[in-house]
Amino acid sequence: MVSTETKSDTTRVAGILAEFDTAETLKHAASGLHEAGYARYEAYSPFPVHGLYKAMGRRRTILPVLVLGGGMTGCLVALLLQWWTNAVDYPYIISGKPLFSLPANIPITFEFIILLGALSAFGGVMVLNNLPELFHPLFGCSKFRRSTTDAFFIGVDVDDKNYDETETADLLRGLGATDVQIYHHPQSERRIPGIVTAVASLLVALALLPPLGIALVRFAPKSQPRIHLVTDMDHQPKYLPQQYSPLFEDTRAMRPPLPGTIAADAAIDNTHYQLGQVDGKPANTIPITITAQAMQRGRERYDIFCATCHGLAGDGDGITSQLAFEREEPKWVKPLSFYNKSVVDQPVGQLFQTISDGVRKMPGYKSQIPVEDRWAIVLYVRALQKSRNATIEDVPEELRKHLQTETTKSLN
Amino acid sequence: MTAIVDNDNTTQDPSRRAPLVLGAADCATVTETVSRIVERPQPPLAWYVALVVSAGVSGLLFAAVGYLIVTGIGVLGNNSPVAWGWPIVNFVFWIGIGHAGTLISAILFLFRQRWRTSINRFAEAMTVFAVACAGIFPAVHVGRIWLVYWLAPYPNQMSMWPNFRSPLLWDVVAISTYGTVSVLFWYLGMIPDLATLRDRAQSQWRRLFYGLLSLGWRGSASQWHRFEWAYLLLAALATPLVLSVHSVVSFDFAVSQLPGWHTTVLPPYFVAGAIFSGCAMVITLAVPARAFFGLKDLITMRHLENMNKLILGTSLLVGYSYGIELFMAWYGGNPYEFFAFANRAMGPYAWAYWLMVICNVLVPQLFWFKSIRTSPWIMWIIAAAVNVGMWMERFVIVVASLARDFLPSSWGMFRPSVVDVMMLVGSFGLFCTLFLLFCRFLPMVAMAEVKGVLPHGDVPEVDSTIGGNDS
Repeated sequence: MVSTETKSDTTRVAGILAEFDTAETLKHAASGLHEAGYARYEAYSPFPVHGLYKAMGRRRTILPVLVLGGGMTGCLVALLLQWWTNAVDYPYIISGKPLFSLPANIPITFEFIILLGALSAFGGVMVLNNLPELFHPLFGCSKFRRSTTDAFFIGVDVDDKNYDETETADLLRGLGATDVQIYHHPQSERRIPGIVTAVASLLVALALLPPLGIALVRFAPKSQPRIHLVTDMDHQPKYLPQQYSPLFEDTRAMRPPLPGTIAADAAIDNTHYQLGQVDGKPANTIPITITAQAMQRGRERYDIFCATCHGLAGDGDGITSQLAFEREEPKWVKPLSFYNKSVVDQPVGQLFQTISDGVRKMPGYKSQIPVEDRWAIVLYVRALQKSRNATIEDVPEELRKHLQTETTKSLN
Repeated sequence: MTAIVDNDNTTQDPSRRAPLVLGAADCATVTETVSRIVERPQPPLAWYVALVVSAGVSGLLFAAVGYLIVTGIGVLGNNSPVAWGWPIVNFVFWIGIGHAGTLISAILFLFRQRWRTSINRFAEAMTVFAVACAGIFPAVHVGRIWLVYWLAPYPNQMSMWPNFRSPLLWDVVAISTYGTVSVLFWYLGMIPDLATLRDRAQSQWRRLFYGLLSLGWRGSASQWHRFEWAYLLLAALATPLVLSVHSVVSFDFAVSQLPGWHTTVLPPYFVAGAIFSGCAMVITLAVPARAFFGLKDLITMRHLENMNKLILGTSLLVGYSYGIELFMAWYGGNPYEFFAFANRAMGPYAWAYWLMVICNVLVPQLFWFKSIRTSPWIMWIIAAAVNVGMWMERFVIVVASLARDFLPSSWGMFRPSVVDVMMLVGSFGLFCTLFLLFCRFLPMVAMAEVKGVLPHGDVPEVDSTIGGNDS
């Protein structure tokens, strides 16, 4: 940005530089040049001289418009960001408050307006002032260095249509210039050496490789867990099986079971009752005493645990199933109707196993429903299946009359 | 205007305008006075001593932070029930300090208070450094600082977004906006002065350093025109910003349900307190700096007196807030609320409360006397007391409210750990280190602006495009 002053004829003239004593004469001269029809000239002062820019007849800067645009962009970005992230893509439900309401989103919106407004003010003044501009012919003029301390200058560019070395100089002297001189482009343009540019471009190109690699690793399908930088969850202070621990007398981290503990499998002494199996095959008989009470219990448990999916009558049309179809859940499998032949033909032991361990999408219920109740449910399901295709002959003789009168009554 | 060779510019005589700059000042002497501080080949020995001491003290901060990150959050005194301990106290304290800089540079600029020109650079630098100190505390106190990027809204494999309705996230956005805008404002105003240093530079390295920093500024009328607009617009943006930042910080407390925090007076109360503490910090730094660097003609007694008047005014605001808080606790009729305030004044932290009241409300009343407003060392002592008092205020708000909330069985006292103390002391070290480096390498006074307010530099006509009023 600094070069030695040169008077050599081989250098290109850049313009005329005139010095003035005070801000007042500078303003007068700037206005005089404007009246004389000059356009490509600048007045330089160590502090902003009010009225000078206007005296030069220049148009007001568009910076305020840029800042307004920046602020409005900030407002829009903030509102859209908050609405999309907190109300649509990941709705935050907090104390039943609305997902999007203006008051709760004002602080962020306000800060974004200020931030983008300020960034456009700073960016705008840089771009409009053509900064950074580290090389300029005036920097080669040793006199000009005083312009940032206490001197006032006018520089007329050689490209101005009215420029004439003697005429312009005379005009400037007439306008009160104390000193007029020609300034030149530096003899040798200070350029960045080619090797520096080449190395810098190469480094920039190389710097793109790591992000590319990361993007590749990030988005390519992998069978192994992905590499991650934060390994907080990988290293947890805990004991694994067969490890040493000084905490216990026997130095084993694994604790032996307490005396009298029975393993889960060891307690099975009646496979028919506990697993629904006889000789490794599903049992054909129900091992509990069949009473009206057991039937009633089975119905109650069925309505609590099973009916939400299977429906109160066992057609597979429970409320959960209906909702799943309504929402078009892609992975939902409708429960089989109990009146499907494949279910009707199943031995009771298989029904019991299905309730205990689950089938297809249905989870096992042995942790929630005790064995006795599971058999009661099986009993009730069998009764449901029987009732669907029953005739009056299936009803005990002494109840037939009662049932018939009751049915007639309710139909009427 | 006649040249007044009179070193008292604190007069209130309306028939003559007090000069803003003293001595036989012209553009050359202003440049000389400010630039020679940066240009002398060897700073005085005292500067080296001060730098070594404060850099050493700031080492405490970094050691404590390093230890905290490696070990975990348990090294701090924070624990149930006082989960927000000193880190938040220090954070609010430092953010508050930062407010005076923007007040002086932006609000006083919009009000055309031209006396601000000598101290605005100084105060802006103070803002930037205070925000830097403040930012460290919440960042390290989140625990896993390496996950701090979770605060940013970026698409991630968790398919989650930050909660934009949380005051803690408002806080992050407000503080980062404030830091960014403060730096931009500070740097933009400094570009013409950096160009002055570039043009005065004797060595190649200095020319390169200040040449790069000043970005090729030439001070042409077009550049000045856009510069002034940009400065005005930044001031106009920074003014509501400075009022909003401490309001948002106060939302961290006011939006919660805790008695003693959940009050609507908190935002204005915090803003007044912030300006109060910031002005006190300006006095704390300006009094020694002007004596030490020979800037008494630029940072005149009138500047200091004006700052002291601001301190007095904001002290009254802060005192009023303390009073209205107590009144509302009684008038509101909420027993928990009333207990929280009775506990502040008479509970286990009563010493902190009364120290706060003495330092913030009673001591600044001395500034009613002009003799005290204009004697440097007394005002320095008062300003130091205000700094202590404002730290105590944040301590009382954060710790005393948390220590005793709704359930007496979960009450507890807060004990700071060694790491807490190291971090607080170290943050002062960091602040002083940055400030000393600023004094040595950057123009401490806004030279171009001071030149504009020199008696002879005044061009009577006003640029109507800026809509200014040079009274």
